[in-house]
Amino acid sequence: MTLQSTTVHTRFTVAQRFIHWLMALCILAMLFIGVGMESTIEPKYHTLVSIHKPLGITILILVLIRLVLRLRDGAPPLPADMPPLMKLGAYLSHYAFYLLMIGMPLIGWAMLSAASYPVVLYGSLHLPPILPQSDSLHTLLWGAHYYLAFAFFALILLHLAAALFHAFVRRDGVFEAMASLQGDETAG
Amino acid sequence: MMQLPSSVRSPIGSLAIIALVVAAGAATFAYTAGWLSPNRLTPTKLVEAFAPPGGPALGHRRNHAKGICFTGVFEANGNGTALSRAGVFAQGQYPALGRLNLGTPNPDAADATVRVRGMGLQIATPNGETWRTAMIDAPVFAAATPQAFYGLLTALASKDPNAIKTYAAAHPGFAAFGAWAGSAPWTSSYAEDRFNGLNSFVFTDSSGGEHAVRWSLLPAAQPVAIPPDDLAKRGADFLEEEITQRVHGGPQRWTMIVTVANPGDPTADPTQAWPSDRRTVEVGTLIVQKIEPESDGPCRDINFDPTILPSGIRTSDDPFPAARSAAYAKSYDSRTAEAKDYPRQATEKKP
Repeated sequence: MTLQSTTVHTRFTVAQRFIHWLMALCILAMLFIGVGMESTIEPKYHTLVSIHKPLGITILILVLIRLVLRLRDGAPPLPADMPPLMKLGAYLSHYAFYLLMIGMPLIGWAMLSAASYPVVLYGSLHLPPILPQSDSLHTLLWGAHYYLAFAFFALILLHLAAALFHAFVRRDGVFEAMASLQGDETAG
Repeated sequence: MMQLPSSVRSPIGSLAIIALVVAAGAATFAYTAGWLSPNRLTPTKLVEAFAPPGGPALGHRRNHAKGICFTGVFEANGNGTALSRAGVFAQGQYPALGRLNLGTPNPDAADATVRVRGMGLQIATPNGETWRTAMIDAPVFAAATPQAFYGLLTALASKDPNAIKTYAAAHPGFAAFGAWAGSAPWTSSYAEDRFNGLNSFVFTDSSGGEHAVRWSLLPAAQPVAIPPDDLAKRGADFLEEEITQRVHGGPQRWTMIVTVANPGDPTADPTQAWPSDRRTVEVGTLIVQKIEPESDGPCRDINFDPTILPSGIRTSDDPFPAARSAAYAKSYDSRTAEAKDYPRQATEKKP
């Protein structure tokens, strides 16, 4: 178990909750845009691709902020009566989320770089390539980006199921730790 | 009404709700991905429609598969700044990279057998922006919409001898292209061909004014018509050999002209040419200085995606650039994964 601050919170901080829900929205939009654009040749293809790139970079920036908050503020402890296997699942899923949230935008950026596509964010605002042009790297990264997107969505469904399980079946406060609208706790 | 205390409620109902929520999420995703819509025209379907009966030539572009790389400069004369604030129109020289090609899925096609010739072009500006365009020598496109184009590809691949006639009857937009293909003169050099962007784009000038435009590259070399029967007697690669020698002897030039639409001109339909009295602006000159074979050349792994545009140029209501972008990406993803089927000469020569 990681170090907890001396104050034991039952909820994530307001900032953590805010960034969680903001990123949830961004990531869901991102995944739907991703599979949607791969399936169409209509004009919306171009619109979706044009959103996909800057949104991906937005997610990358947000997750870096979120990582700092997580390292600074920690997470509320899981209920003591939670079965060890469920606890392990919770920890591993959080690691998987952070890896994907950081990894997917970087893989996308690297993939575009390896294909010598300009990474245009908006207007003339663009990012430099982070890899030299390479057909083999492009193939590898394209495959990673594609398959990890489905893994990401599957993880989100699992996360959703677990959250609802906590909310409706276990009713152990884990759901409220992220879903509550209340302010930060002041006392430990 | 009496509500049961929540602790007494069976979890079965809750679990069912959870399962339902997850299933609905998965179904929405599957629908978005097109898995529940087998009739959706996907990039994969469009690209597969180009493939000859024996399947595509692995490692190569799925269309315009035969080509040769060039490098040079685009020399902007500054006139284009009246129409677009894109840096590429400011007076100056910008590095250009491109590919002269034939509109065929067969990379080994004999040059004289291919009616449509093309040019892919990339111009880079010092601020890091890139403009890519892929043009052909036809004055209009063969289909009015991507869906119609898919229908044309299907008709071309059909075993029914009347398929093209049936298609043409149902798609009047095909007539102008058909007439061009049947009667336009052939040249014996890429350097004598005019290449047309065909799709319309929107230029934004420095004061925010917008102009619907199409662009073309006009050859500096005088076109000489050669009967196709004479071209058929030449070697299978005569175009590539000719342009290599010609550029070796001196740079070859094309003038870029931008045609500005009048209000009401058909911007969404590339089968319809705009009236010939429309304003045209000469914006610069493409100077091709070096030719290199594609297998090791700088154009090999470049996707000439027509939606790669600098700020100051954007797509219009023409549905083709988006469709081409989607299909080109699919082709690019496939062929770069098949590089072993199209070896680079430099690596192949190693013992």
